[in-house]
Amino acid sequence: MTESLLEIDRLSVDYETARGDLKALRDISFDVRKGEIVGIVGESGCGKSTLISSILRLTAPNTRFRQGAVRFKGEDLLQLPERKMRNLRGADISIVFQDPMQTHNPVLSIGQQMLDIQHRSKASKAEKRARAAQMLGAVGIPDPEARLAQFPHEFSGGMRQRIAIAMALMSEPDLLIADEPTTALDATLEVQIIERLQELQQEFNCAILFISHHLGVIAELCDRVVVMYAGAVVESGEVREIFHDPKHPYTRRLIDCDPGHIKERARVLPTIPGEVPDLANLPGGCIFRDRCDQAMPRCTAEVPPLDQLKNGHHAACWLNHKEAAE
Amino acid sequence: MSLLDVKDLKTSYGPVNVLAGVSFTVEQGETYALVGESGSGKTTVIRAIAGLAPAQEGSVTFEGREIRGASERELRPLRKDIAMMFQDPVGSLSPRLTIRSLITEPYRIQGMKDRDLDAEARRLLEMVNLPAHFADRYPYQLSGGQARRVGVARALALEPKLILADEPTAGLDVSVQGELLNLMNDLRERLGLAMVIITHNLNVVRHVADRMGIMYLGRLVEEGTTEAIFKEPRHPYTRCLLSANPEPDPDARLERIALKGEPPSLLRRPKGCEFRERCPFAQEICSQTPQWEVENGHGLRCLAPLG
Repeated sequence: MTESLLEIDRLSVDYETARGDLKALRDISFDVRKGEIVGIVGESGCGKSTLISSILRLTAPNTRFRQGAVRFKGEDLLQLPERKMRNLRGADISIVFQDPMQTHNPVLSIGQQMLDIQHRSKASKAEKRARAAQMLGAVGIPDPEARLAQFPHEFSGGMRQRIAIAMALMSEPDLLIADEPTTALDATLEVQIIERLQELQQEFNCAILFISHHLGVIAELCDRVVVMYAGAVVESGEVREIFHDPKHPYTRRLIDCDPGHIKERARVLPTIPGEVPDLANLPGGCIFRDRCDQAMPRCTAEVPPLDQLKNGHHAACWLNHKEAAE
Repeated sequence: MSLLDVKDLKTSYGPVNVLAGVSFTVEQGETYALVGESGSGKTTVIRAIAGLAPAQEGSVTFEGREIRGASERELRPLRKDIAMMFQDPVGSLSPRLTIRSLITEPYRIQGMKDRDLDAEARRLLEMVNLPAHFADRYPYQLSGGQARRVGVARALALEPKLILADEPTAGLDVSVQGELLNLMNDLRERLGLAMVIITHNLNVVRHVADRMGIMYLGRLVEEGTTEAIFKEPRHPYTRCLLSANPEPDPDARLERIALKGEPPSLLRRPKGCEFRERCPFAQEICSQTPQWEVENGHGLRCLAPLG
């Protein structure tokens, strides 16, 4: 069960801009094992989207991969020819996007779209259609046969997102990337979607890389969590470790900010004052130090490494170095 | 007399009965939250109050004056007192105007020529904790959180008595969400503002609202103080909504009550209790139509209430 499916190894990615290189991802390392759900948490601008597009190699033209590797089943995707990469996308690795209203073609029926994405399969049209109906049923769309003839606008937002999941799982991928799949949905639908994802993950035994800024959803769904801040991994580990014993001040503050665990009405909600540093002009030392209430002189001088603290729990903070804390 | 009194408000778009009679009141300085799934009619309610959506029947009185169906000319002076914060923070700001023009536009619209607009812009930006040089920026240069704060500044420009806020924290990061809610709480206390706030984030409701109303298919199904509803929801729909609230704790195993299916079409409203088909607690009596009943300030539309 410890076999790595996806291994991000010291990945650094820049965007070339007129202002100089924007250091969007710096020295990112984590892995996703077979059949596991890994959550990536972080606020706007932390590099979640750059990370996804780097894995799928769907990056903007000004993207520069500076170092590191994205290994999928042992093969570095960054070195793969485009033709091979194309065969991988949607087959071995598929993705569910954030906005269910914009992921389907509005002028084709859902059935047609679900046939089209089976273009690699040699099955007959009738078989493909049956497969499409079966997948719709699997994500809980009632009366799937009849609904294949309908168009995207005839489905609600929650149904469209479930259809997007059905389409992503149709090829039985080894890895499903879910990019904020519930952000655009109501709380009730959000719960429906995450419960469905859990069931399907069991059924298809695929690994899921789940990106969200909703800590409640991450806590409920994921086995392990990677916390990102301003283009770097600041902490990663088992979901319980992260939520019950966070080892990076950013993680701790982020959890404190979630009003979900403040049961009594609070006059003043906790926040993280300050702003994310400019990625084109990074300060030295720890990237979080300007907003950290426990910052020490060492935090300005040196970038803290992502240390392994205990089994599988990593954090990048000088506070975890006893000799430094004194 | 309540500051805002909405009585039996009804809105139809052709055959689609979006609001089927909504009633609630908001007192001065009070925050009232409207909660419900997409399509329950929350946005239509506040747009109808502001005169931005039609309402064919019912009444909306503000400080005792009837404002439903008021003409644009009659509404204009009223918009000094009732301000709106729209759902899409960037989309609600004109892309070709500077922040200075955007937040001082209300003064121009109201013909308040005696104001020093530069000074007002500085005052408003300071009030929402944005640096003064933001006055020269354009909306595309703002982050989502900053655009929200500009929305708050613009809503506050004319010192309204009531703010209608449509999903004011949707799409914001948790730390920024906290900042915005703190700002709104603070302004409410200092200026004595009343607010109607729409959100589907129940964690937000708990911290900002004094009272809340739960909407389903264009009707209130339950209403009461936020405290009472979180402590002991009586309507099964409320209970389902509250249980569908993922907690940031991997060991929290909620007793989740699954909502069955999707909300029914407004063109085919179910007979009897309209929630019956999706209700995990439905009984035989629910084939009858429940009436709105109020007991100790707690309103309920259910024939088989919980607890």
